Amino acid sequence: MATKIQILGTGCAKCQRLYEHAEAAAKAAGIVYELEKVTDITRIMAFDVMLTPALVVNGVVKTAGTVPSVEQILALLKA
Amino acid sequence: MNPLRSKLLHVSALTAWVLLYALLPALADALAFGLFGLGRGTHLGEAVRFFLYDTPKVLMLLMLIVFGVGVLRSFFTPERTRRLLAGRGELTGNALAALLGVATPFCTCSAVPLFIGFVSAGVPLGVTFSFLIASPLINEVALVLLFGLFGWKVALLYAGTGLILAITAGWILGRLRLESWVEPWVYEARSPGGAGGIGTDAGFTWRDRLQLGRDSVRDIVGKVWPYVVLGIAVGAGIHGYVPEGMMASIMGRDAWWAVPVAVVIGVPLYSNAAGIIPVVQALLGKGAALGTALAFMMSVIGLSLPEAVILRKVLSMKLLLTFFGIVASGILLIGWLFNWILT
Repeated sequence: MATKIQILGTGCAKCQRLYEHAEAAAKAAGIVYELEKVTDITRIMAFDVMLTPALVVNGVVKTAGTVPSVEQILALLKA
Repeated sequence: MNPLRSKLLHVSALTAWVLLYALLPALADALAFGLFGLGRGTHLGEAVRFFLYDTPKVLMLLMLIVFGVGVLRSFFTPERTRRLLAGRGELTGNALAALLGVATPFCTCSAVPLFIGFVSAGVPLGVTFSFLIASPLINEVALVLLFGLFGWKVALLYAGTGLILAITAGWILGRLRLESWVEPWVYEARSPGGAGGIGTDAGFTWRDRLQLGRDSVRDIVGKVWPYVVLGIAVGAGIHGYVPEGMMASIMGRDAWWAVPVAVVIGVPLYSNAAGIIPVVQALLGKGAALGTALAFMMSVIGLSLPEAVILRKVLSMKLLLTFFGIVASGILLIGWLFNWILT
């Protein structure tokens, strides 16, 4: 099954950087993935996240308010 | 990195910092008057010396404080703050929110999710506003720059009045009972159970906290240093060349209208503390009154057009205007008060 990666954020510079990092990490991990940007605030709130950007993997919030490095995301994807 | 090596590295970095900081005045003297051969007491000599001393001083202070605050902030997540604030009454809630606003990290782009997260978890509206006012207004970069360029009295004055402003404005907004002026969907977007905090404050080790401190130094100091260098260069020029009292007639304490003009110009402007404080230093150096300068600084850092646009998503126009109106009036009063008290 494809790993579902979602980037929550209303579209600031940090969200874009997180998106790029997540994409690089997913490619490096060599997994089948599905990457989605969630910009709609009501959908973001459904994850109960108060800081953006946030990284969600298979429906679970992994980080919020920070831009983790590619290596850190890679570790999260493998865990 | 093993824990012992990491500890040794941090301790030796701190020792090097203290030694270098203590040597800065002598180093600046040696460079300006020794190596460059500039005369003491000349315009150029004093300007160069000021620049060579203040730039590393402010940057070093900034690095140390930003690191410390970065580590400290790993203890204050929005989830914990929200738990502390939920259901608090007036005034104590506002005061606590203002203090936590200083300690809790958030950037303007997180204002909306934060607002909804707080309000939907039962944090009173006025208390939420206190938090939203204090958080951008009083931050470590502003305080370090104020301390480095103006001394601890101005830094304390700014922090103190900023807190009072956040508490009072939030309290008034809470008293007005404007809950119905919040966009209705905010209350419907109730977060599921309000459990919150998934993966954000769970299980930080000291290694993670130190890492967060180093990350914030790289992020924040990496972003603001050009402003700091530029600002101090301008300050150095003023220090050496511009005659005292040049701005006194326009922004001096006798010009009562200067405070409202400063606020009206400052509110729509958006800049971080690092960009605006050197400008304020220039204004003060030319004889502007402290109250006027303080009001300008607060309105630039605390309120901005981009923030208004973002908050419009959750606040009705009426509430947004009331919020900005009350905060701007508070800043106006602070400006006048200081011009009146300080001679």
